[in-house]
Amino acid sequence: MEKVVTHTGIGVPLRQSNIDTDQIIPAVYLKRITRTGFEDALFAGWRRDENFILNTEPYNKGSVLVAGPDFGTGSSREHAVWALKDYGFKAVISARFADIFRGNSGKQGLVAAEVAQSDIELIWKELENNPGTEVTVNLDARTVQCGSIVAPFQIDDYTRWRLMEGLDDIGLTLKQEADITSFEATRPAFKPQTLPARTAD
Amino acid sequence: MSTMQSPQTLAEKVWNAHVVRHGEGEGEARQPDLIYIDLHLLHEVTSPQAFEGLRLAGRKLRRPDLTIATEDHNTPTLDIDKPIADLTSRTQIFTLRDNCKEFGVRLHSLGDKEQGIVHVVGPQLGLTQPGMTVVCGDSHTSTHGAFGALAFGIGTSEVEHVMATQSLSLKPFKTMSINVEGTLKSGVTAKDIILAVIAKIGTGGGQGYVLEYRGSAIRALSMDARMTICNMSIEAGARAGMIAPDETTFEYVKGRPHAPEGDDWDAAVDYWKTLQSDEGARFDNEVFLNADELEPFVTWGTNPGQGVSLSSNVPVPEDFEDENDRKACERALTYMGLTGGTPMKEIRVDTVFLGSCTNSRMEDLRAAAEIVKGREKDPQIRMIVVPGSARVRLEAEAEGLDRIFKDFGAEWRFAGCSMCLGMNPDQLAEGERCASTSNRNFEGRQGKGGRTHLVSPLVAAATAIRGTLASPSDIANTPVSA
Ligand code: SF4
Repeated sequence: MEKVVTHTGIGVPLRQSNIDTDQIIPAVYLKRITRTGFEDALFAGWRRDENFILNTEPYNKGSVLVAGPDFGTGSSREHAVWALKDYGFKAVISARFADIFRGNSGKQGLVAAEVAQSDIELIWKELENNPGTEVTVNLDARTVQCGSIVAPFQIDDYTRWRLMEGLDDIGLTLKQEADITSFEATRPAFKPQTLPARTAD
Repeated sequence: MSTMQSPQTLAEKVWNAHVVRHGEGEGEARQPDLIYIDLHLLHEVTSPQAFEGLRLAGRKLRRPDLTIATEDHNTPTLDIDKPIADLTSRTQIFTLRDNCKEFGVRLHSLGDKEQGIVHVVGPQLGLTQPGMTVVCGDSHTSTHGAFGALAFGIGTSEVEHVMATQSLSLKPFKTMSINVEGTLKSGVTAKDIILAVIAKIGTGGGQGYVLEYRGSAIRALSMDARMTICNMSIEAGARAGMIAPDETTFEYVKGRPHAPEGDDWDAAVDYWKTLQSDEGARFDNEVFLNADELEPFVTWGTNPGQGVSLSSNVPVPEDFEDENDRKACERALTYMGLTGGTPMKEIRVDTVFLGSCTNSRMEDLRAAAEIVKGREKDPQIRMIVVPGSARVRLEAEAEGLDRIFKDFGAEWRFAGCSMCLGMNPDQLAEGERCASTSNRNFEGRQGKGGRTHLVSPLVAAATAIRGTLASPSDIANTPVSA
């Protein structure tokens, strides 16, 4: 996982609350067997509308999504985070995130920054009046900046640390690899192995 | 879970034997433990993105020698030498084959003698043994708990985690003891025990728990039957189910391809004998069931907790005190096309499915074959028999069971998940009613609009003869030809 300390990119105002994971990525895309390439699936239903914000310049090049409260509710699909990342989003800003979505984001290096709704209203105005304005998400200072607006955001210490260190779950466990290796050395000899393969005939 | 000194439950013993690193902190704030995984089972549905995650991060599969894969969910059970028709299914199967090749994983593909449902294959190869930790991206991994292993299903990102580290970060589970004392009447099976347990504690009753099945009725069961019980622990919401290993377990494992040999065998058995809940060990919850009173049990509704004894009637919503249960009953009756108050034995079915990781092993097939042997199938019933693995199929054929089923008029299929879930060609049609030995009767589980009654292999066989839900005693007087 890549380290993120600060990220700056075009902000995309999405004036919509309760965006559930079915909207973020509809169920038909879940049949795929890949982990990447979900950019076309992101908001697939909404993107059929040519006026949808991601179909307009310069927002289509955005990397910071600024959404209404209760983002990422509904099914626990990890694909929602994959789709946002694949499209190019590095951070999502909202006043409230669904727990599972927030957890999945932190595990996969997408910043979910919780900003007060009053600040979000200001940022929305700025982004709409001056399309293409960049938003900076600073994990170190826990602030988001957009034009002259500087707002604090909430993120739990553990997730913040992991994002700044670029540690995913596996990366974290691999830091204890020495422990795993010494545990393996103590495993009884009678424990079975699948290889070399043995069969009944 | 308690510390090393105090009496421990079976689950705690197995857990403690696999702690790579204890989580810091106490009580609620305690961090997860890092738990070592002895065996990782893979199949085509939940593994592709995990393999790809490894690839993207440039990581290796840590222990190919503790990993094994089979093809089961998507595989057809007819014409297995022809290309798989459904494109998504075919892609998943081919992806598994490519991934196993790339990462050096042992794979038993369609057509191979060891191919089959992942939870039938592990035990039959002797890879599932007492005291192990076993995981798979599939909720019915609880099956392997029948050996006194701690076995549970995991999600795709956890599959990737195990691939890369052979371990998982986990918070300890709570423990529940399910005591079943007494002797089962003839015609009553392990399936009836577990359906009764689920009806008693509810589909959420086991949430967060490892269930340990104990008592004289459990001790009397064969390994095949114990697997049936542990298999459905998940249907009570539990993470896993376990049964302490005993002579029956050792006898089953001994001589299997991957069983320990020589001195290893003796050392293993010495250790396995310690794997019982200690006298005075504390469970977080306890449930008691009297085996003497159990009767064949079947489901009438759309979750495995909606079951009654076969000799009773379809419930009416007013039977339920709780408002939610009443609503659930109404909804289930509508979906199932049933009227409350109808005797269960008057329910006419269209299809009988004998198979799935719950009831597709030799003992299940033998029990059903014994009932249908020489008898006539109800002409309107379609019965399909799907052995859990290619090996079970071969063994059954060696015993002549295939002939018995075919003479009876049932279809004898190749191994796989088949009609347990609507992911391969074996599906129910809209409105079709099925007596099924599988484990889930959710709406649409066996095909869109299909109606499922979960039953034991004995009830399945008797139903195929009578055409309506029936127990072996109901068909005792039907003629038998020589
Ligand atoms: S038989 Fe059914 S429950 Fe068992 S692994 Fe296959 S699909 Fe899952």
